[in-house]
Amino acid sequence: MTRISLTVDGSKVADDVEPRMLLVQYLRERLGKTGTVVGCDTSNCGACTVHLDGTSVKSCNVLAVQADGAEVTTIEGLATGEDLHPVQEAFRECHGLQCGFCTPGMIMQSVALLEENPQPSEEEIRLGLEGNLCRCTGYHNIVKAVQQAAGQGAAS
Amino acid sequence: MTATQERAEVAQEIGRDRRRKEDQRLITGRTRWTDNITMPGMLHLAMVRSPFAHATITSIDKSEAEAAPNVVAVLTGADLGESQGTLINAWAITTDQVAPAHPPMPPDRVSFAGEVVAVVVARSAAEARDAAELVDVEYDELPAAVDLKAAARDEVLAHPDLGTNKSAFWKFDSAEAGTGGDVDEAIAKARDGGVVIEREYRQQRLIPAFMEPRSVVVDPTGEQITMWSATQIPHILRFALAATTGVPESKIRVIAPDVGGGFGGKLQTTPEEWLVFAIARRLGKPVKYTETRSESLMVGHHGRDQWQKLTLSAEKDGTVTGLKVELLADLGSYVSLIGGGVPVLGAFMFNAIYKFPAYQFNCQTVLTNKTWTDAYRGAGRPEATFAIERLMTELAAELDMDPLELREKNWIRHEEFPFTTVAGLEYDTGNYEAATAKAKEMFGYDELREEQRRRREAGDTVQLGIGVSTFTEMCGLAPSRVLGQLNYGAGGWEHASVRMLATGKVEVTTGASAHGQGHETAFSQIIADRLGVPFEDVEVLHGDTQVAQRGLDTYGSRSLVVGGEALVRAADKVIEKARPIAAHLLEASVDDLEFSGGRFSVKGTDQGMSIAEVSTAVFTAHDYPEGIEPQLDSDATYDPVNFNYPHGTHLCAMEVDTETGQVKMRKYVCVDDIGTIINPLIVSGQVHGGLVQGIAQALWEEAVYDDAGTLVSGSFTDYLLPTAADTISFDIDHTSSPSITNTLGTKGVGEAGTIASTPAVVNAVVDAVRHFGVNDIQMPCTPERVWKAVHDRDAGGGDPTTGAAAPHFDSSTGMDGTVDRTTGGTL
Repeated sequence: MTRISLTVDGSKVADDVEPRMLLVQYLRERLGKTGTVVGCDTSNCGACTVHLDGTSVKSCNVLAVQADGAEVTTIEGLATGEDLHPVQEAFRECHGLQCGFCTPGMIMQSVALLEENPQPSEEEIRLGLEGNLCRCTGYHNIVKAVQQAAGQGAAS
Repeated sequence: MTATQERAEVAQEIGRDRRRKEDQRLITGRTRWTDNITMPGMLHLAMVRSPFAHATITSIDKSEAEAAPNVVAVLTGADLGESQGTLINAWAITTDQVAPAHPPMPPDRVSFAGEVVAVVVARSAAEARDAAELVDVEYDELPAAVDLKAAARDEVLAHPDLGTNKSAFWKFDSAEAGTGGDVDEAIAKARDGGVVIEREYRQQRLIPAFMEPRSVVVDPTGEQITMWSATQIPHILRFALAATTGVPESKIRVIAPDVGGGFGGKLQTTPEEWLVFAIARRLGKPVKYTETRSESLMVGHHGRDQWQKLTLSAEKDGTVTGLKVELLADLGSYVSLIGGGVPVLGAFMFNAIYKFPAYQFNCQTVLTNKTWTDAYRGAGRPEATFAIERLMTELAAELDMDPLELREKNWIRHEEFPFTTVAGLEYDTGNYEAATAKAKEMFGYDELREEQRRRREAGDTVQLGIGVSTFTEMCGLAPSRVLGQLNYGAGGWEHASVRMLATGKVEVTTGASAHGQGHETAFSQIIADRLGVPFEDVEVLHGDTQVAQRGLDTYGSRSLVVGGEALVRAADKVIEKARPIAAHLLEASVDDLEFSGGRFSVKGTDQGMSIAEVSTAVFTAHDYPEGIEPQLDSDATYDPVNFNYPHGTHLCAMEVDTETGQVKMRKYVCVDDIGTIINPLIVSGQVHGGLVQGIAQALWEEAVYDDAGTLVSGSFTDYLLPTAADTISFDIDHTSSPSITNTLGTKGVGEAGTIASTPAVVNAVVDAVRHFGVNDIQMPCTPERVWKAVHDRDAGGGDPTTGAAAPHFDSSTGMDGTVDRTTGGTL
């Protein structure tokens, strides 16, 4: 067991973890942060995407021990109180989700994408979300949601 | 109590693009996936699965696993015996169907790679998985029936005891049924002076690949055993558990909490559900099992997997005269819940929107040693639509006609509805002309044809192809009597109840079980309009057999057209129950009351009261008529009178790089007629997602087995799900011919995009390279297959990929093989 302490969604936490424990397992099983989900075992689907010190990572691809001392933001920490993050709001407004399972990862990746490139083209959005799989939406409305969050026109 | 509280006129909800009620939870991570559930003392399962497609289990040594840390038990099929129950086939398509027994965990022989041979129970999922590695299973490998055509010849038997791999043969013949002429006569006639198109198409094996891996939790500690499962079918699951485990139905509660997609893949009763149920009961503790993605792809049921032999006859002017379909359908190793019924769901749809005078459908289902197949989005109808839409395009090419003109020559004209087809179905409404005209305009059909002509003439390395699909489907499963005639084991009705709460709020339960479709929103809109209550005041409850006690769940584009109608009827009953009470309170005659906008008013007066006020009045029950129950709650069970027939025209433009075989979607337009639209935003999402699943079959996805029967595309690294970067934005619109078989005039939309898009894409790819002598490219149309199709002739046969590719690249530029030629040239 290894002792780690980190900040998750603004709260300081500390635990003894097995060195092999994945960050996503730590979030879900130890902290009850079940908003972040596991969709695959090959780091293809991106459903588990969170921010680690401000960078989007697939939390199935990071060991919990690697997050020692870091600041982690999950989908559960994105809104400010009752105020949704603009990307969350845009996903709802543009119907960028159906079953919602990929949504936490998709939103976290979209937030990171827009932080890096606040005015992306459609192609840049599509390439920027390439690591996140969605089976419901056909991506059309997800792309629109990111465009809307970037201030590029309203949903229709 | 009289009405004093006036309420602003409520805007019409049906047709509004309401944002979804479901989304707040889902975008903030406040979700209830089955895998999120934890309970005190909960135990975790890990499965030991067979690496062999077909083998006898000779021994299982559990000792090392049993000694591992925090392992509670290691159980085999022999240990569980009959307590594990059995998995059912609900649709024996013929009375003499050959089907193996289907134990969740067989004790002696495995018949596909991935089948469970032992289960480890431990205090944590990680410890269970660690210990599963320590279970030592010895097998005697048996020959495996892997290839569908070979299996159909009984060369190797998937289940030697059965003596054959042929499970069932199902036939429909229009001459025998009295719905049309003799197809063999029509074909014979066309061979002498007409046109005959003969093709064999492959419907490759697909994996539904819902994003949420399946998970099941069973808590046996209450008086009712509770199962949470990531399923589309909580009600059917409860019935099947009761029917096969000896536990009374009344002692089982099934909950489908948030379910992360299904697409037919969670329309199943699974070995894992049965094992968790049996082991939780055996140990008396809550038990959880969540599959890995690799397990999900390997053992969650697959879809499609057919060979289609097709013969279409026509006159020289393009008038179709006959269609004969001969299918081989791969069931995999067991006849699963719907199993052989999936291809039969396509039996009535090959004739599609066209006026074939003669039709015959033959389907042979075949057992193999592969993962079992069952419903995948569209289930039977994508296969039918692909076949007919490819054939009609081939016929047009043969006759040098425009593919849309050929279709128009043969389709049912809008003034001919209702129309009884050669397959015996009555299509209630439709307007193929209107949808096609709109689609052509949106697409810029004539301009793109002109560009295609220019590129061909210029010999452009990037050629343009235009694909057409004018589909229809039958959905809204299904009239129970028809299902009975087809030997299906259940009905096709749906149930709803409306509960009027004391505060005027409304709870609605539906037996449809949403897993991403947006029932909570769309159904709220229907109830808000029907009862005249605010959208926000309606709560839609589903997916729990204790809450929505009756239902047949969600699949086959049935929730709105069947479940929605049940909802309408339950709401109407509420109004009729409220009417005499309102009359009593308003001191008026029942006959003098009008109900509109949520309000009973006395004709010719300003007296009235809202239905919410009637709800409150029956709660206090201080003053109501003699002989009437003081409550408004109402139920309705609706059994549809007919299937439901959405249709649409889909047009696709594909660019094909003839030097690399790379394809690129340029434009996709679809105009779907789905009757009345409840929520256009939700409809757009269903169409977009459906399109991409159908496009993915055309271009990317295939479950591939090696010769030994091992799935080699068993991860998302190997099974090519499209990403945002692979896809484009779509142009979608609608025409509307409201259905006349339900009150709201709705038609199903959940599967339409998937059913329509696959042939549109393949037709476009073939169209781009037809002038090279190509008339088919097997799905998925990979660059390799496209390249081979184009270059088979100039490479002089053999393997055209060797040697011939290099000269297309200019080594002098230093860009050997790296130039992106997929963006296409412009002229």
